[in-house]
Amino acid sequence: MTHFTRRRVLRGMFNGTAVAVGLPLLNCFLNDNGTALASGAPIPQRFGTWSWGLGMSKSIFVPKKTGPDFDLPEEIEMFAPIRDKMNLYTNYNAFRDAAPNLCHTTGWVILRSGSAPLNQNAKPGETIDVTVAKKIGTTTRFPMLTVTATGDPRDTQSYESATSVNNAEGSPLALYASLFGADYQDPNAKDFTPSPNILVRKSVLSTVSEDAKKLMKQVGAEDRARIDQYFTNLRELERQLDRQLEKPEPREACVKPKLPPELATGVDHQLVSQRHRLFTDLLVMAVACDQTRVFNATYSKSFSSTTKAGYEKPHHTASHEEPVDPKLGYQPMVSWFLRRGFEEWVYFVEAFAKVKEGDGTLLDNMLIYASTDQSFAKIHSIEGLPMFSAGRAGGRIKTGLHIDGGGTPGTRLGYTLMKTLGVDIPSWGTQSNNTSKEIGEILV
Amino acid sequence: MQSIQTRRSRYSRLLGGTFWMGVTSALVLGIAGCANYMTDQPAAEAQPAADLGPTDVTSVPRARFMTAQQYANMIADVFGSDIQIGTPIPPLMRSPDGLLSTSAGSVGIPGGQLMQLQRTAATVAHQVVDKGDIGKELPAHRSYLVPCKPKAENAPDDACAAKFIRSTGRLLFRRSLDDAQVAEWVGKAREGTERLKDFYAGLAGVLEGMLIDPMVLLIVDTTEPDPTRPGQLRLDAYSLASRLSFFLWNSVPNDAVLKAAESGEIQTPAGRARVVEMMLASPRLEHGVRAFFDDMLHYDLFDSLAKDGMVYSRESGAVLKDAREQTLRTAYDHLIVRNRDYRALFTTRDTFMSPALASVYNVPAVPGWAPYSFPEDSPRKGILNHVSFLALHSHPGRSSPTLRGKALRETLLCQVVPPPPPNVDFSAVEDPDANLHTARERLTAHRSNPVCAGCHKITDPIGLALENFDGAGQYRVSEGGVTIDASGSLDGKQFNDPQGLADALHDHPGLPTCLVKRMYGYGVGALTTDVDKPQLAWLNQRFEASGYRVPDLLRAIALSPAFGNVAERPAAPKPAIKTTSLTAPGSVAR
Repeated sequence: MTHFTRRRVLRGMFNGTAVAVGLPLLNCFLNDNGTALASGAPIPQRFGTWSWGLGMSKSIFVPKKTGPDFDLPEEIEMFAPIRDKMNLYTNYNAFRDAAPNLCHTTGWVILRSGSAPLNQNAKPGETIDVTVAKKIGTTTRFPMLTVTATGDPRDTQSYESATSVNNAEGSPLALYASLFGADYQDPNAKDFTPSPNILVRKSVLSTVSEDAKKLMKQVGAEDRARIDQYFTNLRELERQLDRQLEKPEPREACVKPKLPPELATGVDHQLVSQRHRLFTDLLVMAVACDQTRVFNATYSKSFSSTTKAGYEKPHHTASHEEPVDPKLGYQPMVSWFLRRGFEEWVYFVEAFAKVKEGDGTLLDNMLIYASTDQSFAKIHSIEGLPMFSAGRAGGRIKTGLHIDGGGTPGTRLGYTLMKTLGVDIPSWGTQSNNTSKEIGEILV
Repeated sequence: MQSIQTRRSRYSRLLGGTFWMGVTSALVLGIAGCANYMTDQPAAEAQPAADLGPTDVTSVPRARFMTAQQYANMIADVFGSDIQIGTPIPPLMRSPDGLLSTSAGSVGIPGGQLMQLQRTAATVAHQVVDKGDIGKELPAHRSYLVPCKPKAENAPDDACAAKFIRSTGRLLFRRSLDDAQVAEWVGKAREGTERLKDFYAGLAGVLEGMLIDPMVLLIVDTTEPDPTRPGQLRLDAYSLASRLSFFLWNSVPNDAVLKAAESGEIQTPAGRARVVEMMLASPRLEHGVRAFFDDMLHYDLFDSLAKDGMVYSRESGAVLKDAREQTLRTAYDHLIVRNRDYRALFTTRDTFMSPALASVYNVPAVPGWAPYSFPEDSPRKGILNHVSFLALHSHPGRSSPTLRGKALRETLLCQVVPPPPPNVDFSAVEDPDANLHTARERLTAHRSNPVCAGCHKITDPIGLALENFDGAGQYRVSEGGVTIDASGSLDGKQFNDPQGLADALHDHPGLPTCLVKRMYGYGVGALTTDVDKPQLAWLNQRFEASGYRVPDLLRAIALSPAFGNVAERPAAPKPAIKTTSLTAPGSVAR
């Protein structure tokens, strides 16, 4: 049943002005397994993505056993502490159909948007995180957060449209300032005094919106669409301000984190790891404090340029130039780089699993979707792609499974996760990537 | 009708002589697999030269989002450089013409970015009206950024608010606000003041709104009928002022330029010429010229560049920062201050040196930035031999002749080197045996694979000539104990060392035409297409005639009819740059 479960109206006086704010929250945004926060409020759903570059070393990555209690080959042996909190998906395909195989691009774009890109500069459009954010991210201060451990804002896999990129935050310090800076309202604070500046801000926004409307009449069709998007986002900003007028629900797990240090530029693996962990810790609290319910995290970009001090080749270069060791059967240094990434995945998942929420953990009430750009990067293969998920979506998803996709579309995982989160779509993806078949093995 | 001989003669002149014609033909015919990467050279049929350029060519009216640097310059120019803004606008994605700035006409602003802009707007507005702190030696910005004092600080003062809104709004919106607009904003200031019991806080609320107003953040080309070309359009005076200002200054127009727009003077040939001369003489020109070269030379990559400290212990973040600065300083000094030949930027030994860089160049250090000339017997000559180019186009722990060759062709000659095909067999590129000591030996092994050879042939002979400089840009004579052979070639010209490459690039006909193409596209904020060929051909002629002086090129672009005459074009214009298809049998191992 879908109905308004609450409609809170705040009436207050700010310098003599009455304020009335209504914030609907729909059932479909909440889990339905009866769990609740200590305050009694239902626990919301959250969705995150995580990405890493350059796939896997198949011979030491793919478990022999499918289903529960799957084995952990050498390259993923570090998954042991989180094996039961995640699912591992192997042997899924991305289909480019008539489109070119754009190295390090086609694979991730299909897994995130459902469609193959025609060239490097034209992404097919909305990515899965944006779709989900429209469903579950509309009631928080930040509809969505995007970060990258590479430090480069352009290392993102989130698009609102073909030309509208959700650039990533590359600095943990800057993310901290956005999240926990001057505008942050502690949900556990005893007192709540909304800033009167918010009403001033709202009032001025109406003038700005009128200017956007006027501008739309002055420009051509293509520019009009962009300004229309701007106008829509102004309205969203207005709604954000409305939310800041309401006292936030207490969040038992929310603790304002410490100010992170400023980091140097660069993609040395130790620096990337440090940046990744700082971002992870901030995202955990961003979720725990209900500042956002949707986020994207990049460990390494698709052309992973991570370096190791003393080794002359970045990860990507090594993936092409390092020979497969005939004895080992894989590229040793490439696997070394991949393992550093997988260790970070473990940190990421455990960080959310460590936070208690309701009767379980934060992770229990989340879904995290992890994908990459290639299966075997050396030859830019997009067949047999690996993916991960973590979290149980409030009890709707089983974990601890290894699923062999049997060469079916990788878009099935994205479709399954979206359906689980209440995105009502009959199918997802285009051409051969179109699917209406969920991965039934993981559904409760 | 022109004879073939006449046309050939003109074409030959445009390309810089018959030698280069022959070389170009040979290159196009001779390199299988990568043969059609070359830039389209200017068409033989150029428009008859007019004083200011072809009159029947137009540019495209667009709405461009302000870039990060333009936003920063706007805040600095309107309020002062001590106003802190952070990084509210992320870097753009590079467009197919090789520039970041031309993609500003197609990007959208997602919700998350608008929220960031709003936070920055609040911070800026707060600073603009702050009352300072004597103890902390912080100035009271309100005392000089707000042009009047309110009757009372805790009550509305419409007259004072209007004064601020008119003057500041004019600079931010880049046009005078009409009475209705002023009244609207004054009303908001009054409302804010009443609510917050603080005149300056009310004013800050208005300023915050202005700073996220799409009319401020978007550089919109508004048009009007062109009285000299019935039925056709030109930019209106304000949009022309903005286009000139963002082109030459990378910032908003100042009061003088806006006055020329308000009076209509800027729409007259003499008025526009006066304004352009004034802008060319302004100190703000340095911002504009540096921004252009920063974009053209892909210096945004410095923002995420780092070197392997175990391999290059001297290459700190400070060195890389100064490396970027060194080349930009050199370019501005050489091209604008000294008004020298653009091509000589690649052969000049004059530059500037900082203490951090001195250790990498192994030259004596003096405090601060100081002019420096590499001696005649130095291997350093021109900006290709600067740490900036050498380090930017290398791997973190080693040099890369391939990356350097590719960068030279793409950034300086406007050519496109195709990416490796996805199914390339990399077996020939795998780690070579330990007996191969130098990059030349390793790349020779790579080129034994005919699939890779096609494209490596057009990049490596350039990059190998720079092998006397390691991945950090430090000079070396040997690698792996073997003396480096720095011989190479560029489109038919052979040389034996980096200086020879600098000379060959200086004489390459693609060098000035590429600058013209990039600078014109940058100026009008759009990709150049086949439609622009007559304009580009005319600009090439002018540039050559001026002795390749950049101020003359800036002037020629700014005064050309195409800069101000606009017309919508059919969707999906065909790029003027031809690239090989993605299935071309060439591969470049980077």
